Amino acid sequence: MCGIVGLLVKKPELRPQLGSLMVPMLIGMTERGPDSAGLAVFGTPVNEAHRKINLYSGMTEAGADFNWHGLAHAIREEFGTDAEIATSGNHAILTVGSAAAPIKHWIHEHHPKLHILSTGRSMDLYKDIGTPTEVSDRYDFSHLQGTHLVGHTRMATESAVTPDRAHPFTAGEDFCLVHNGSLSNPNGIRRMLEPRGIHFDTDNDTEAACRFLEWRLREGDTLENALQKGFDELDGFFTFLMGTKDELALIRDPFACKPAVVAETDDYVAIASEFRSLAHLPDIKNAHVFEPAPEEMYVWRT
Amino acid sequence: MSEITVDLAGKPVREVNRLLHDPLNGVTTVNVLNPDGAHNIAVGVNEAVKVEIHGNAGYYAGGMNKFADIVIHGSAGTGVGENMMSGSIRVKGFASNAAGASAHGGLLVIEGDAGLRCAVSLKGGDIVVDGNVGSFSAFMAQAGRLVVCGDAGDALGDSLYEAVLYVKGKIKSLGADAQEEPMTEADFTGVAELLAKAGLKHDPKSFKRIASARSLYHWNADADQEY
Repeated sequence: MCGIVGLLVKKPELRPQLGSLMVPMLIGMTERGPDSAGLAVFGTPVNEAHRKINLYSGMTEAGADFNWHGLAHAIREEFGTDAEIATSGNHAILTVGSAAAPIKHWIHEHHPKLHILSTGRSMDLYKDIGTPTEVSDRYDFSHLQGTHLVGHTRMATESAVTPDRAHPFTAGEDFCLVHNGSLSNPNGIRRMLEPRGIHFDTDNDTEAACRFLEWRLREGDTLENALQKGFDELDGFFTFLMGTKDELALIRDPFACKPAVVAETDDYVAIASEFRSLAHLPDIKNAHVFEPAPEEMYVWRT
Repeated sequence: MSEITVDLAGKPVREVNRLLHDPLNGVTTVNVLNPDGAHNIAVGVNEAVKVEIHGNAGYYAGGMNKFADIVIHGSAGTGVGENMMSGSIRVKGFASNAAGASAHGGLLVIEGDAGLRCAVSLKGGDIVVDGNVGSFSAFMAQAGRLVVCGDAGDALGDSLYEAVLYVKGKIKSLGADAQEEPMTEADFTGVAELLAKAGLKHDPKSFKRIASARSLYHWNADADQEY
């Protein structure tokens, strides 16, 4: 199983409520995904020269006591750049004033167990093992603000229950993907991408879809063209929900094996695996509720 | 003649199902408020009672229904009316995948569109859809009738047995062993009766009949998987 949720608010005055509107959506998908949960939230981008690197210390020996400020200090010393860190237990957002790639490489060399969750200007990413309620409380999801977000509750089928195998998966910058379903050719996708220098963090099937689509976007495809190539190349069952800096996108496999329902009002677009995650939303009784068709692309822009 | 209302807001669906399964003692109508997409609402009812669900139902609403007349004033999730034995279910909105799966009897009316695999493995029930049906509808349907007033998706009636399908709109493609056949007087009468029961106004003359060519009934070792 697994549950997916997405929310995009159309009015700036609703951005402070993004997290509080979404938490009941995530918790509503507990039965579909009780073992892990996560989300990616998109908000005001940092300055063009800056990058936000989201980090997870839950797999280090120190865990939530990881010395985050020591890490920021060491990066400032090593790279002679700004490095601000905002921490929340085992999660930290490191904002740096220079290119992210060398810093990420340095983190990987010096702190191999520190997991790099995401990189970008607009996106922050949280994921961990635990029920959706536990994970929401751990990272205070209800106070998140922004324009749109993509969330997931996991019931693992294709790889182990670990924080790095939870969703969302990310690749490149400001791109993430959540998945309900299972792919039958993830290893074929990996064998195609790895010789092109694309590195995988886990053995998870969803990561293959995420890296494939991000590779197409990086090669210059529009989101629509990348998704069309996804239909051609990705085999299996899927409802995919993706986030970019200014879009939410949804596709379902041709057999519509995995569910999805959308509710749209003048204020928001909300997506969930099932209506029970949408039932609490404001003015839901007057929302346009529909089931997205298989093999169609749905893209909503902020 | 009495009526009961159950508000499911913050309550488990067991509250309404226990009420429906226990002796009804003269209750003729049960209203369900705030269904909020809960699964299994009004499954396994075994009494002639009216159930009015005011909102969107989750998976398997009205599953295994016997005798009850159930109205969903909203949409229905996967498997509405699956394995229905008798009675009726009316969905005012759209229905998700596998509506009426394996239904043995009764009437399922969907006023909106139905998703994929509508009437899959139908075993004798009647289904009338005012909108469109998705791909693989009536897959391996064995008995009963499916009336589609809109369009049908890909592979309609794949591996059909003796169920009969009537479609007013376009059929994207027929499945293996499904074929269009001429409408007989009995077909026109049957469609007219089902449309009347469903309360839908369409001209029975505008429907096509799809049934099994029965070429898959016997194993053909020379077919080489090409049907």
